[in-house]
Amino acid sequence: MIEIRTHGRGGQGSVIASEILADAFFHEGKFVQAFPAFGVERRGAPVMAFTRVSDSEVRERCQIYEPDHLIVLDPVLIETVNITEGLKEGGWIIINTNKPVENSNLTSRFHVAIVDANRIALDHGLGSRSAPIVNTSIVGAFAGATKLVGIEAVKKAIDGFVPLKKEHNIQAAVDAYNGVQIVS
Amino acid sequence: MKKVIMGNHAVSYGVRASEAQVISAYPITPQTHIVELLSEMCGNGEINAKFIKVESEHSAMAACIGASAAGTRAFTATSSQGLLLMHEMLHWAVGARLPIVLANVNRAVGPPWSIWTDQNDSLSQRDVGWFQIYCESNQETQDTVPQAFKIAEQLQMPVMLVLDAFFLSHTYEIVDIIEKEQVRKFLPPYNPEIKIDTKDPHSFGNLAGPDMYMELRYMIQEAMEKGLDVIKKVDDEFREVFGRGYGLIEPYRCDDAEIILVTSGTVASTTRAVIDAMRGEGVAIGALKIRVFRPFPFEEIFAVLSKAKKVAVIDRNISFGCHGIFFQEIKSALYGRTDIPVLGYIAGLGGRDVTPGVIREIAENAISNKNPERYINWIGVKR
Repeated sequence: MIEIRTHGRGGQGSVIASEILADAFFHEGKFVQAFPAFGVERRGAPVMAFTRVSDSEVRERCQIYEPDHLIVLDPVLIETVNITEGLKEGGWIIINTNKPVENSNLTSRFHVAIVDANRIALDHGLGSRSAPIVNTSIVGAFAGATKLVGIEAVKKAIDGFVPLKKEHNIQAAVDAYNGVQIVS
Repeated sequence: MKKVIMGNHAVSYGVRASEAQVISAYPITPQTHIVELLSEMCGNGEINAKFIKVESEHSAMAACIGASAAGTRAFTATSSQGLLLMHEMLHWAVGARLPIVLANVNRAVGPPWSIWTDQNDSLSQRDVGWFQIYCESNQETQDTVPQAFKIAEQLQMPVMLVLDAFFLSHTYEIVDIIEKEQVRKFLPPYNPEIKIDTKDPHSFGNLAGPDMYMELRYMIQEAMEKGLDVIKKVDDEFREVFGRGYGLIEPYRCDDAEIILVTSGTVASTTRAVIDAMRGEGVAIGALKIRVFRPFPFEEIFAVLSKAKKVAVIDRNISFGCHGIFFQEIKSALYGRTDIPVLGYIAGLGGRDVTPGVIREIAENAISNKNPERYINWIGVKR
């Protein structure tokens, strides 16, 4: 089973990202589960969401405490929340940032990949400058860095899940898939 | 068609396929998605039902009572404080013998406010006379809706299906979505013998004196007792059409188990993963999921548990001043027929996570602790 934890802030689309990711794996024939850690939901508050992927039915119905991989939608969370808590050695951390990651604590123990999902989202007219919607870009970046799921499955998932601007969202995912940089 | 959908929407698809005719509800987290999608379906014609907006849950149930008395298939959904506000009308639906179906998302009761899951909202309605069916997956949740209508309409009794907040309601997973064309093979149109009719007026809900009231209560109990067989039969009929069934209870690796963990809802699902892990270590352990809580399947439960040496019940609920509520029922299912020790564990109140680690802690306590409390062992509580 692959367990993925997504960290973001209310309004960035973390929950939808976890769902699109699950749906993409479903299109490749996997059993999947995705759900949010429901807290006091406000715009800007730290939020978490979870995705499980398996070759057999997923039976665990609880939060993920020892994820295989992480998705981080706001790089500031790295400094404020212990995001790597429980993360398995050698797991992927996909970070939305426009700055290089020099934190050797992360790069020595985990595979780190970065993508400027804010810019990609804005290039495709997703969200506003103060609140870009980065969920579709980050899922594309996850697929591009980890190669655990194909971009065609991601496109299909976005097409099914996103109610508006489907084409823009799909293009954003493709750009992030191609543009993601592997740091370690 | 298989799709990745949330538990709440699984309920909505089940209602659509069952061709409910009247839907009345008041929004409440974490249930709102159920009726939001249904209202959309009413709007775009996917379902030919009247959606009645109301100002409270009490009114929502009152609207369902009127609709059902008029001979239509009626549905509502609620949660926690909303279910509690319906309480008076829940009794009414039973006494009037109206086959309404209600989906309750298990949410802890305030104060203090909580939006997270536990079972005290539905279990506090234990004695009103509604059937109660606890679901553990989105597929089961969807499939239980048409089953609930069929059970309800055969017995003229209301049925509540119950799903955990967030761990089901907001969880996306794969569901084979059922369509009304298939469900028609399983669920005939609702056409009651007696209904409100302006052309043939009768009194409904009239006074029953001491010479009659008790007989009407007896008939409700009779319907409940018949209910166990009806649920099994309906489940078999569902399996014939859809290839899936769920039973009254679901034993897992119980045949040679020395200790059996009794669970319900999503905890039942996580428990199976723990059972497999512990079996791998050579522990003779099994699990029993209670799906149908009212009517309570005493005989089926006794048949499974009486072969074990010890039983541990995990309750995501509590009857204050007494014990866990499933624990009480399990004890009474075994009373006077066996001396197997039954241990009670309270876990996961107010949405606290019941992880494989928590379930293992309970199992290990029940196995090795020489003196676990018989009645209440609190798991993970800070004192």
